[in-house]
Amino acid sequence: MGAFGHYLAAHLDTLKLEFWALFVGGVANGLLYGMIAVGYTLVYGVLRLINFAHSEIFMSGGFAGYFVMRYFVGAGAPPAGMSSVGLIILGVLVGGVVGAIVATILERVAYRPLRKRNAPKLAYLISAIGASYFLFNLAGKEFGHLAYATPQPYINHPVFHIFGAPVQMYFVIIFLVGLVMFTTLDRVISKTRLGRGIRAVAQDAETASLMGVNIDRTIAITFIVGGTLGGAAGFLFGLGYGVVYTMGFVPALKAFTAAVLGGIGNLRGAMIGGLILGIFESLSVVFVQAAYIDVVAFGILVTVLLVRPTGILGERLGRAA
Amino acid sequence: MRTLLAKTAVRRLLITLGVMAVIELMTGPPGNNAQPLYGFTHSFDEPASFFGLFPAERWAIFFVFGLVFWGITSFWITQGPTVKKRVQDALAVPRAKTQKRPVRIGVLAGLLVVAIILPHVETAPFWQAAMVEQIEVYVLLAIGLNVVVGFAGLLDLGYVAFYAIGAYTTAWVTGALPTPPIFDHALNPFFAIPVAIALVMVAGIVLGAPTLRLRGDYLAIVTLGFGEIITIFANNLYGITGGSLGTKQIPHPSIHLGPIKYVWGITPVPYYYLTLSFVVLFIIVFSLLERSRIGRAWTAIREDEVAAESVGINPLKYKVMAFAIGAASAGFAGVVTASQLFYIFPSSFTLQFSINVLVLVILGGMGSIAGVVLGAILIQTLTAFLLHSPPAGYQPSDLYIYLGALLVTMMIFRPAGLIPSRRRKREITLSEDLHEGHLDEVLTGDDT
Repeated sequence: MGAFGHYLAAHLDTLKLEFWALFVGGVANGLLYGMIAVGYTLVYGVLRLINFAHSEIFMSGGFAGYFVMRYFVGAGAPPAGMSSVGLIILGVLVGGVVGAIVATILERVAYRPLRKRNAPKLAYLISAIGASYFLFNLAGKEFGHLAYATPQPYINHPVFHIFGAPVQMYFVIIFLVGLVMFTTLDRVISKTRLGRGIRAVAQDAETASLMGVNIDRTIAITFIVGGTLGGAAGFLFGLGYGVVYTMGFVPALKAFTAAVLGGIGNLRGAMIGGLILGIFESLSVVFVQAAYIDVVAFGILVTVLLVRPTGILGERLGRAA
Repeated sequence: MRTLLAKTAVRRLLITLGVMAVIELMTGPPGNNAQPLYGFTHSFDEPASFFGLFPAERWAIFFVFGLVFWGITSFWITQGPTVKKRVQDALAVPRAKTQKRPVRIGVLAGLLVVAIILPHVETAPFWQAAMVEQIEVYVLLAIGLNVVVGFAGLLDLGYVAFYAIGAYTTAWVTGALPTPPIFDHALNPFFAIPVAIALVMVAGIVLGAPTLRLRGDYLAIVTLGFGEIITIFANNLYGITGGSLGTKQIPHPSIHLGPIKYVWGITPVPYYYLTLSFVVLFIIVFSLLERSRIGRAWTAIREDEVAAESVGINPLKYKVMAFAIGAASAGFAGVVTASQLFYIFPSSFTLQFSINVLVLVILGGMGSIAGVVLGAILIQTLTAFLLHSPPAGYQPSDLYIYLGALLVTMMIFRPAGLIPSRRRKREITLSEDLHEGHLDEVLTGDDT
């Protein structure tokens, strides 16, 4: 056994010890990535373009949630019981609503004028990058360039154990919110009239409009749905890691990786891609230094794009979820 | 209410006032962690005055601005076409003259003379330094990125990586890195120029060969990630790059050729001329390239990759070439920066930087070298001016808010830039007119 073998053996032992703790953290992160990835995938479905400014929707949701917590919890002791639950629901709602508002403004200002005159694709990308740049730097100016720690609306104690690994309250919250959001979204897209409209536009916009689907409205709604999930994810992320004006960049790049990994345009793919990426990334902590974790996610993105650009589940634009 | 909103004039007024509110926020006082909403409230009710003339609260001043601007746009909408036509008629004769070759060459020579005497006219040390660090370096970067974005139509958001490689190569060759230099003893930065340019071109090929197969939007995000990774590596590989502490001192370039001895010192003017000569060189090479077979291949790929492939152009080959050639000027810019500033730090090579350069290209006009140079000079002069004498309440980081807003505004109102490249402009209008009526394409803006 060579030096590499020893290295591997030593790290595999650590992995065995830490596996479940890392796994739980990975699933939580993965759910957050999935929630952001849904925004990329939906917009890609109807517009065939990557919404580069999605990271700033996430960031605005984070700040909105922060201010709610600051107002209701402040510096006091974290509440417990039903008031915790109420505050979390409120935070998710406000984060989602603010995310949806920012997404709508974004669509109106940075996308619709270009769409109306059929600009080349490069123009969309540049406009979206400009919008993203504008938004996060404006946030940096208004809220300062230092990070805020979000006041905790709950007591972060281990709720239960999986194979000896504690599962913190924070993770439980993410599991529950993520589960509710994904199930609702899946239902909405596959069962309701609204979801049918979105799927129709994703499949063939021209035909859909001939069948009486209002394209402008459908696109606006797509942005709202993606923005809601992104904003809510921003709140949840901010609860655990604090908020700062640049908070959107790295999670959004990873969420984009998740969307591509699962197959862009594919809703369930986005969720599965998020989970896989979150778990893989969390476990890779054992093998690489923390500073290079972002490099791992990016390496996955490049590999997937080169080897299987359609992702795990394939691009399934417009089909049921 | 609804009928009132349906009137376009009313809607335009509301939009104008909304934009004014955003500008108030952009220019207002900043908030901070202790008072996170300070910026929001004080942007509107802080007392201010219009150049000391009309003291009033900010919102009132901007409200008046909004009304005036609304008046101008209303006038433009009714009278715009006639005014435009008159201006075009008046400009027709001088414009036709500028098309003539001797006139063009004369204008260019005149501009070059202005560039040569400029450091003797403006002798303030701040501006002399700014001419090299803020303007020339950015002109180099902008014309390089223009090859990639403008000529070949590839959105590279990690362009800073090439600049960083150029700068770190200089440090390496001159022995300022913890890594031992290639040759036994430290070298003059002059030797770094060919090494850096060669290395960044290789980096362009290495990065481009796998990623340039990807579609435009994927390419953008992959290059963005690549730019980030270069920073992460530069920050963390202490043994190779010196980590976040930066490099050791990088020597100045010098010439020792028999009787000629010259050392580039601390003063920026010699650097100005050294860089200027390379700026001119790169401009000539890039404009010759644009008119060559390669340049036409880039245009063909940009306009329609499938059609280009069907007439025998290998898209991947030409895209990789664009990447490598565009990187060359960034590599040289890196050499200049490193040898002039003595030290380099990973924190100078961030995503913000790539986007800053992109703004120069977009403002000037993608694909138009004259436009890109103008864009770089305009924005960087303004940046230097804001750095030199910042207005009240301005922080250096506010610049990026303005640049972001500028990108969106340009894409909405003038996507071809200030001086549009003729080919590029025709393409944009063609794509916008041709597909009219094709709903699917109108929706997706799909030009492939």
